[in-house]
Amino acid sequence: MSREDVLVSTEWAEQNLGADKVVFAEVDEDTTAYDGGHISGAVKLDWRNELQDPVRRDFVGRDDFSELLSSKGISNDDTVVLYGGNNNWFAAYAYWYFKLYGHADVRLLDGGRKKWELDGRELTKQEPQRSRTNYSAQDPDRSIRAFRDEVVNAINTQNLVDVRSPDEFSGKLLAPAHLPQESAQRGGHIPTAINVPWSKAANEDGTFKSDEELRKVYGEAGLDDSKDTIAYCRIGERSSHTWFVLRELLGHSNVKNYDGSWTEYGSLIGVPIDNPSEKDSTTQGA
Amino acid sequence: MSDGCGAPQQTATLEADTGDQTVVAGKVRSGDQPVGGAFVRLLDSSGEFTAEVVSSDEGDFRFYAASGTWTVRALHRQGSGQAEVAASGPGLHPADIALD
Repeated sequence: MSREDVLVSTEWAEQNLGADKVVFAEVDEDTTAYDGGHISGAVKLDWRNELQDPVRRDFVGRDDFSELLSSKGISNDDTVVLYGGNNNWFAAYAYWYFKLYGHADVRLLDGGRKKWELDGRELTKQEPQRSRTNYSAQDPDRSIRAFRDEVVNAINTQNLVDVRSPDEFSGKLLAPAHLPQESAQRGGHIPTAINVPWSKAANEDGTFKSDEELRKVYGEAGLDDSKDTIAYCRIGERSSHTWFVLRELLGHSNVKNYDGSWTEYGSLIGVPIDNPSEKDSTTQGA
Repeated sequence: MSDGCGAPQQTATLEADTGDQTVVAGKVRSGDQPVGGAFVRLLDSSGEFTAEVVSSDEGDFRFYAASGTWTVRALHRQGSGQAEVAASGPGLHPADIALD
């Protein structure tokens, strides 16, 4: 897997607008961005209302994913180019999700919506008309998704990469600072996790750093290449960004995304937590 | 309240009571004009990225931070700019940004 197989530039994207078998999809939690203007021909994927199960805390199942992509006019043999706001957080989540359901050729637009806008490239409000397809998702690939018990067992044995900001890692903040401070019952991080904020992997314009720069970032942070790795954040979208970097760009073989992330872990009864900002309030006892 | 990471609508009209939240908010301007669609980052005292929002049509942005010294930095096709703010605790801490 090389960078060209998983990542496209804004120049490439502009040259391939309307190309046969290439489908652009904007992925956001707040879809007002898409509605206010999107890349020509791009379909909309609503992270909350289309990719998440409406009842259980999980994403949609195989059949629902097949139905969703069929309704969007995406075929199994299409090249799907994902992009979005928030430095591609939700697009990276969708990338991981497409891979989990076995889509063959999916790529991220390097820099996402931000780079496209900073480049001054055109956006349109016109929604594309795509014919319905008969998409068939594969069984979920569990080798790229971590669940809570596996995460607890990974303490002291695998690489745990907490990709949240330093203040979330230390327990000072419970959520990213553009959101009201709410979420998990406890602050802090999973013991033995290293803190490599997702932003270390990106330039200010949202594009990914070079492979050489990325190797340096994770090497200096103490990521052990010989061990399996689990990445987590708060709800699993920023960690998808880092999962993409480690597995798809740097080619590490066994990297999982823990999409339960801190909102799950920080609310579990009885699991160990490190909270440097509040050393007395460890939840290990009582 | 949001479960996700998408930013709430950016607006300068703050609730009368920020509660126990430490809010860093302001406007992005170029000259006298507000600049919407700017990418505004909150950086901690070591310069580390903490969060990012897109300014509203009126140039407004808002972060829920913690006590400390913060830098807000805006990036837009028209230019970039930044400002510093010391947030002493809960309440509203204004920080306007002028683009160069």
